[in-house]
Amino acid sequence: MNAQIAAILTLDGIATGAIYVLIALGFVLIFAVTRVIFVPFGDIAAFTALTLAALETKHLPGTVGLVVALAVLATLMEIGSHLRARTYEQIPRALLFYLVLPLIPAAAVYFTAGTLLPTPLRLALALALIMPVSPLLDRVVFRPIADGTVLLLLTVAVALHFALVGLGLLFFGPEGVRTQSLVDYTLMLGNIPVSGQAILVVGAAIVFSGLLFLFFEFTLSGKSLQATSINRVGARLMGIRPERAGAVAYLLGSLLAGVSGILISADNTIFYDSGFLIGLKAFVGAIIGGLVSFPVTALGSMLVGILESFAAFQSSAFKEVIVFSILIPVLLWRSYTFAHSEEDIDE
Amino acid sequence: MSARQLRLLSAVVVILLAAAPLYLAPFSITLLNYIGVYALVALGLVLMTGVGGMVSFGQASFMGIAAYSTAWASAIMGYSPWLGLVLALVMTGLVAAILGGVTLRLHGHFLSLSTIAWGLAIYFTFGNVDGLGHFSGIMAIPPVSIGSLKLLGSNQIYFLIWFILLMAMLLSYNLLNSREGRAMLALRGGNAMVESLGISAFRIKLVTFVIAALLAAFAGWLYAHMNRFVSPAPFDVTMGIEFLMMAMLGGSGYLLGAVVGSALITLLKNAVQDYLPLIAPNAAGQLEIVVFSALFILFLQYAREGIVPFIVGWLPEPKRAPPAATEPLPRRAQPQAGQILVTVEGATRRFGGLLAVNDVSFELRSGEILALIGPNGAGKSTMFNVLTGALRASAGRITFAGKDITRAPQRKIAEAGIARTFQHVKLRPKMSLLDNVLLGAYSRTRSGFFAGALGLDRREERQARYEAMQQLKRVGLGDRPFELAGNLPLGNQRILEIARALAADPVLLVLDEPAAGLRRLEKRALADLLRSLRKEGLTILLVEHDMEFVMNLVDRIVVMEFGCKLCEGNPEEVRDDERVQEAYLGSVA
Repeated sequence: MNAQIAAILTLDGIATGAIYVLIALGFVLIFAVTRVIFVPFGDIAAFTALTLAALETKHLPGTVGLVVALAVLATLMEIGSHLRARTYEQIPRALLFYLVLPLIPAAAVYFTAGTLLPTPLRLALALALIMPVSPLLDRVVFRPIADGTVLLLLTVAVALHFALVGLGLLFFGPEGVRTQSLVDYTLMLGNIPVSGQAILVVGAAIVFSGLLFLFFEFTLSGKSLQATSINRVGARLMGIRPERAGAVAYLLGSLLAGVSGILISADNTIFYDSGFLIGLKAFVGAIIGGLVSFPVTALGSMLVGILESFAAFQSSAFKEVIVFSILIPVLLWRSYTFAHSEEDIDE
Repeated sequence: MSARQLRLLSAVVVILLAAAPLYLAPFSITLLNYIGVYALVALGLVLMTGVGGMVSFGQASFMGIAAYSTAWASAIMGYSPWLGLVLALVMTGLVAAILGGVTLRLHGHFLSLSTIAWGLAIYFTFGNVDGLGHFSGIMAIPPVSIGSLKLLGSNQIYFLIWFILLMAMLLSYNLLNSREGRAMLALRGGNAMVESLGISAFRIKLVTFVIAALLAAFAGWLYAHMNRFVSPAPFDVTMGIEFLMMAMLGGSGYLLGAVVGSALITLLKNAVQDYLPLIAPNAAGQLEIVVFSALFILFLQYAREGIVPFIVGWLPEPKRAPPAATEPLPRRAQPQAGQILVTVEGATRRFGGLLAVNDVSFELRSGEILALIGPNGAGKSTMFNVLTGALRASAGRITFAGKDITRAPQRKIAEAGIARTFQHVKLRPKMSLLDNVLLGAYSRTRSGFFAGALGLDRREERQARYEAMQQLKRVGLGDRPFELAGNLPLGNQRILEIARALAADPVLLVLDEPAAGLRRLEKRALADLLRSLRKEGLTILLVEHDMEFVMNLVDRIVVMEFGCKLCEGNPEEVRDDERVQEAYLGSVA
């Protein structure tokens, strides 16, 4: 391997890593606020890509059916719990948030499916359609066990991932897709070509990380999310609803996963089940950040991208083996540097 | 249900199983074979997850290592499948020992995440190693033969599968009712208590992990020679979570749960494969995984306990006789009264910038009761934790019976003869009083995993049970030894902790607020108990807030405030000390 190849591999790795950064930030965000290790995050990214591809080919994306089904389920559960608690006056609100709002993008996609919209509108529509999925999943799957241990939540998240893979096949079919390239431009850095796509990916990662930072530092909503992540009970005493903070975290996380899904599918063929590996690799990055630190997570995800790129060059067959094996030393290092409480252990 | 009825029932089940090929169709036998193979993996998960609290998504990959080992040995190299079994067990055990050695220090969800990671890594290895058929697998694996009999049909290998499963269940049952088995049961709920009893949590976890892997290895070996074909697909993480589902659905923590869970999932899967095409002819395959995952999520949301515990709850309480009298366990010789037993010199403990214990020195003589008192936040419990090794001292020196124990791990300190109780009671609420106290006797007994599983520990076990019963009686909890510890009121839970500490036959008893939550008469009984222990030569160090209790009981008092030692002396001196009055009541302004 000479310097030029190394440089190309590094740049390639950074572009891949930037995609992982977006997903990994979502992992950290959701874990911090809800303690859920949201394994299906990669699936959300893959579903976004599949949605966009369907819009490009003027098909009705399967996501519409998924969103409608989840919205109906979540609304029924929400109304059921209000009926049991006799908080009837809250039902209109529940209808608005769990049924009407998620159905707006679904309806928009449904009625425009036959026409090819301009690219920015198409991207916005794909994102708007995918964003309700994880908050709705949160309502249906995680809310009933919100006070369970991290381990229980993780087990449920893994099961949820497999359910989503099955649903993905059902709604999207087995074909792989590739979406249109967003930019058609190549920059020459000396004698090393850098694709515009790569620049876009890195740019997006920087912009969204920055926005996330600004959101946490300068908005009340961001502060309440932080408060919830530090202490749920304390936050509740201060009038913050952990459920709402969770929903906001899931919405933001979905946005990040959605953006990464759009970015990755221009360069890679995405199948209904591609999400798992993408998600897990991002997850390695999130673990490097200890599931708490946003900057270290971003660095870690970059590292995973670079490692993957070099591993693929050395031995493409074993690239997955290498990437997942790296998780073990990382976990070890993390578990030694972590203060863990005994209280969280299930008796 | 009495033990005799239980034995009768087991005999009926075994006969019914043995005669199954006579009255069941071949297809049902094939299903039973799968149930048996999967139940072996699930049994390992019951031990690991249900008993030991370690959730693994990667058991399928252990099964895969074994299946590939035997496939390679028998189909490619042409050796006997029995040699394949040896290779399978060695390979799986080795991989498990290495993975376990590296990852079992991880906590809770980190450990589980690592199982996903190595599960995937192993799965991709199967598909990519040259010579193992890549993703299309290895074909034409020979059947297992016993003598000249080839176990070709499902009717034949059936006996081998269920024989291995029943043996595995029997050994596991013995193990869980032995010394190491109780240590496995105690893993759930954190290491602090386990280590304070002289149990190496890591060692127990590692052995449990390897046992679970070896059970999966038997399953993998049987699977390879039953299907006569292996490929990576049945050993991926999807299957891993299916095994977890079996163990949890059946009732993780119950050995029978493995079989019940495996049977239920296998039959359900079969039914789903039969009926889903009728409902959704084009999408049956996709729906199967969706249906299963949804069911599993619902189960985790609403019925986490599982099926077997639910049924057991309906059965009448088993009648158990309290342990019978037998030859007592050997006791250690107590040091002569009045000798210096413990010296603490300049003990200091920092938490970041906070000095919780600052340069504290005192001595403890054998046969005395010393109280450590002080206002809230004075650093008493931290001092206790430093002394018992639960926390490392930042500076200073502590000796016990002439030996330096400043840097010794908690486990070694416990073995040396210091037994403790905790300020926040640490018991295993789902274990009986007797079993909780038996944990205390761990460091006095020797039987290992093999002895426990093979039932070679019966004599020592009887002695330990008798000892535990005696200690329960002694603290006044002897009337219901099989009650669950979690059902006791808090005050009695503290007393139970003392019984557990006494079962270790300690030289020094360290009690953290033993009288908290006790009523007046109970406190008096506790004081009487501690006095009689002192009479036997036991040394006692305690932290307590109830001054009446302390003043009437102890020989000497050490007072701490803001992490420092304020003064020491006998109760009268301390009571009259102006500094102590100031610390407790504030200065007279």
